[in-house]
Amino acid sequence: MSLVPVTININGTPTPAQVEPRMLLVQFLRDELELTGTHVGCDTSQCGACTVSLNGEAVKSCTLFAVQADGMDVQTIEGIGSMDDLHPIQAAFWEQHGLQCGFCTPGMIMASAEIIRRNPDPSEEEIREQLGGNFCRCTGYHNIVKAISSAAAVMREKGAEAGQAADD
Amino acid sequence: MYTTPFDYHRAVNLDDALKMLADNPDAKLLAGGHSLIPTMKLRLASPSALIDISALDELRGIRTDGDMLILGAGVTHAELLYDKTVAEYAPLMPDMARWVGDPMVRNRGTVGGVVAHADPAADYPAGLLTLGASFKLKSAGGERVVGVDDYFKGMFETALQEGEIVTEIHIPRQAGKGAYEKFRHPASHYAIVGVAALASPEGVKVAMTGAGPKAVRLTQVEQAIGSDLSDENIKSATENAVDAGSLLSDRFASAEYRAHLAGVLAKRALMRVK
Repeated sequence: MSLVPVTININGTPTPAQVEPRMLLVQFLRDELELTGTHVGCDTSQCGACTVSLNGEAVKSCTLFAVQADGMDVQTIEGIGSMDDLHPIQAAFWEQHGLQCGFCTPGMIMASAEIIRRNPDPSEEEIREQLGGNFCRCTGYHNIVKAISSAAAVMREKGAEAGQAADD
Repeated sequence: MYTTPFDYHRAVNLDDALKMLADNPDAKLLAGGHSLIPTMKLRLASPSALIDISALDELRGIRTDGDMLILGAGVTHAELLYDKTVAEYAPLMPDMARWVGDPMVRNRGTVGGVVAHADPAADYPAGLLTLGASFKLKSAGGERVVGVDDYFKGMFETALQEGEIVTEIHIPRQAGKGAYEKFRHPASHYAIVGVAALASPEGVKVAMTGAGPKAVRLTQVEQAIGSDLSDENIKSATENAVDAGSLLSDRFASAEYRAHLAGVLAKRALMRVK
């Protein structure tokens, strides 16, 4: 089985590589690029720990071959904020204590971005329903839901400010 | 988990995919991959080659032709869920799509994949039976359209022949209210039982998925309902209406429990279409 040349745009950096067709995107990220923020929980597309963004949409990177992402944009938890400049969702998980052990957190944050992308003002019920593909075995979800509500509010405000600035 | 090794071919267009499929009888088609990749990881499938059809424009798109809604086989569950034309022509489709997996699964999985794979726990077959859908199947030799009643044959069994690809799903414009109710597996979100109901001028149709080897119409419930959608009649038509005899039994739910759920979900769905 021959290797396939791909170039995947990872967190804004075009990344050329030769991959075996059966290599999963999550294995490519973790084992080849050492981007170990994306986790493998169940490896059966149920738990959501491996969630990344593919061309702007959240996907489970354990259920995608790396070759399928050839030419596409992949954003991982490493690409959405930094220690000095947390993404509003990262900041909200920090402030609302939306994690305990932290294993599910990268996937939770990437899934949260999808929820807010689909609806900038999601209700609590909606957040709980839309989080159905992300498992947390510590928190009982309560503070995760609070974190997503709070992040959505901050992002709406920032969006409004940006709109205001554009109008000015 | 690694799958067994395979050769990867990205089809450049539909003809290319059909030709590769004709030349590689052991190859599988890769679209959303959300049934195929898990199956390959479990080594329940080990195709020697995958033909990637996920980027084919010919399989994408949502359009209408008169009163027919035409979904490209590559339309994702998320596209179905948020599309205005689908909501106008066949609102039962998004009512089912919202139940498929989770947001990430819905961004990848495709309606054509569901139709081709024919998982007994898939959601759409129930609604497609009530809507009277049909499927366009293409092969290197030609194309044909198969109605839903003749298409689903059994567990993972369909009318698809070797070398054929599902290219379109045709759905006649929905006349009347439709509803889908589901009891899902808490982790996988597959249907333990799902029931779709449609109340059109032609009559009331009810179909069940997840409970047996394939989705079926609940004709006994349809006959008991007739055109009387009163609360009392819905209750009496759905209570103990489903026989456990032919249903699946596994570690998640016994056949008896599935039969019970089918009655309850039929009642809920019918209450929403009255």
